[in-house]
Amino acid sequence: MLSIKNLHASIEGTPILRGINLEVKAGEVHAIMGPNGSGKSTLASVLAGREEYEVTDGKVLFQGKELLSLSPEDRARKGLFLAFQYPIEIPGVSTTNFLRTALNQVREHRGQEPLDAVKFLSLMKEKMALVEIDQKLLSRSLNEGFSGGEKKRNEIFQMAMLEPVLSILDETDSGLDIDALRIVSNGVNKLKSDKTATIVVTHYQRLLDYIIPDFVHVLYRGRIVKSGTKELALELEEKGYDWIKEEVDSTATI
Amino acid sequence: MIGSKRKLILQPQSDPTAIRMSTLTQHELILGLFEAAPTTFLSLRQLGKESFYAQGLPTLKSEEYKFTPLAKKLESNLTEFYPAEQVEISHKQVKSALFPNFKGVVLVFSNGHYLPQLSSTSEGLAVNLLSERENTPLGSIAKIDKDPFVALNQATFTDGLHLSLDKKKALESPILLLQFHQTQGGQVISPRIWIEAGDFSKATIIDYHISLDEAPYFVNKVVEIRGGVHADITYHSIQQENNQVIEVSNLVTDIHPDAQFTSTQITLSGDMIRNNLTLNLLGSNSVGEMFGLYLLHGKTHVDNHTNVDHMVSHAESNELYKGILADQSRGVFNGKIFVRQIAQKTNAFQQNNNILLSDDVIINTKPQLEIWADDVKCSHGCTVGQLDEEALFYLQTRGIDKITAKGLLLYAFAGEVLDKIEEDSLRNYIVNQIQKRLESNF
Repeated sequence: MLSIKNLHASIEGTPILRGINLEVKAGEVHAIMGPNGSGKSTLASVLAGREEYEVTDGKVLFQGKELLSLSPEDRARKGLFLAFQYPIEIPGVSTTNFLRTALNQVREHRGQEPLDAVKFLSLMKEKMALVEIDQKLLSRSLNEGFSGGEKKRNEIFQMAMLEPVLSILDETDSGLDIDALRIVSNGVNKLKSDKTATIVVTHYQRLLDYIIPDFVHVLYRGRIVKSGTKELALELEEKGYDWIKEEVDSTATI
Repeated sequence: MIGSKRKLILQPQSDPTAIRMSTLTQHELILGLFEAAPTTFLSLRQLGKESFYAQGLPTLKSEEYKFTPLAKKLESNLTEFYPAEQVEISHKQVKSALFPNFKGVVLVFSNGHYLPQLSSTSEGLAVNLLSERENTPLGSIAKIDKDPFVALNQATFTDGLHLSLDKKKALESPILLLQFHQTQGGQVISPRIWIEAGDFSKATIIDYHISLDEAPYFVNKVVEIRGGVHADITYHSIQQENNQVIEVSNLVTDIHPDAQFTSTQITLSGDMIRNNLTLNLLGSNSVGEMFGLYLLHGKTHVDNHTNVDHMVSHAESNELYKGILADQSRGVFNGKIFVRQIAQKTNAFQQNNNILLSDDVIINTKPQLEIWADDVKCSHGCTVGQLDEEALFYLQTRGIDKITAKGLLLYAFAGEVLDKIEEDSLRNYIVNQIQKRLESNF
């Protein structure tokens, strides 16, 4: 589904990603872990199409097609979804209104009829239950005055509405208490299928207790320096990142 | 309607300094306008003329007009400086100018001249020409020494509209002042309006300016409003004229005890526009609200000057002006709040927010608070920024194309002012106009 080959990206001339290779297949959950500043969020942003990052080398195929030349909206329409680490507050735009615009643009791209208000509302009610989000919240300005947990639930709610094939969760666990973590993870798990894939970007292991990864990759200094199964995450939880840093730094100096 | 018409061709700009230019031409301007008009309201106009002579056209050295070079603009756009005669307006034109689903009183004007035969009225509302209401204290609210354009209007107006709303009369539907403008060679239109709202009355007035073609002209309008005790008056002004139009509007209102006045100023197009809005809070528990929205593109220049005078205690003013500027447009906002020493327990709030869509726009914004009382709540703030790129990216990652996303954000920004318009037909019309602009990338 997603094939990243030798991806290099920089921001304002500073290289952040220095040759990422990653293969994600349908039905899989991949966790990307790593210390702060290793490039985890940059990878998520580059895949979603954030303009500030300049891709200097490498390529990305999404469902067999070149991804990096597409606009952010076209990536979304083809089924890529990014749950933001810091969801944006947009005063004056209600979640309901914005999401209906979004969904109908996505549906148009897929050759589907736009949803009328009634059908949209019933779809919304169905998906709201997944993340236990209140309708009152959705009629308010997007994320404005929402708690951390409410913002993250809103991200997963949007994901449920747009039905992406590849979801990238960028530090979705940050700022969540244990209850919210459970609710958000449940939502993600219910949306998983053998046709979709998930990339979970996280600093800590605890989210992976709820969203069980098939593969765990450690990102450090812009490269994937170690890959393994969920046991690797547990090892990182126990030992921290220093042993990996040492391993990489010592080989790098040779 | 016009007796002797005196054509006046302005001299080409030969002197390098604008100040010298305007002193050279302003007497000629005023003389031409004054002498070309019929002799109604002669003594009042004589006073206006003298006051205008004393003040002159503002130059860039005048503090109040330093960002808006009207003298220069008048010289370049207008070639024939004399009063505009009325042009014929048909029923069909009136009908097609109305906002969809508009229901209410329609008062039609042609180049500032009121046309009773095309107008309607309503019970409890007296509509007259100013010349039919001799005792109207014209100039007592909009004073000639306060602004040279008030003086110019008073020197050149020949008649106008007198609106009087009965005591305790609450009009259910709004009054639309449909002002059609069209002149040849860029002439001067001097609308003069007096509105008297009786105690406990309530009305919404919509002042809508329409250009009938693309030719330039100069509108110099004065509106005086007197709201009685407990009166509740809303005044919406919609400027959507062609991009050669120069316009100066002076709206001055006296607000008596327990009365409320709400103004909405929407500007969508024009060449150079200056709006002076003055609220005199004369009575305790009076409330003045001022909302403005300017959506500028091309080279449109809009200058909103507002002035609130808290003259007594326990009055409240609230102001929100928002602007979106694209291309090479220019915006000016100057909001003055004056709280006198006896005006204790004043609440006064002011906000001006701007979004700049291009590197070539200019905005000058200046909040001005002068507070002499010591027990008041006053605040002001202004922001100038670009469209939030983060928000734009967020919407795009949900599948929304960039132009639609931009539209959503700009519309949300403008919505705060649009929501203040309670009259559905008007709000829907404006929303529609804005949507069109947003769909075509502003």
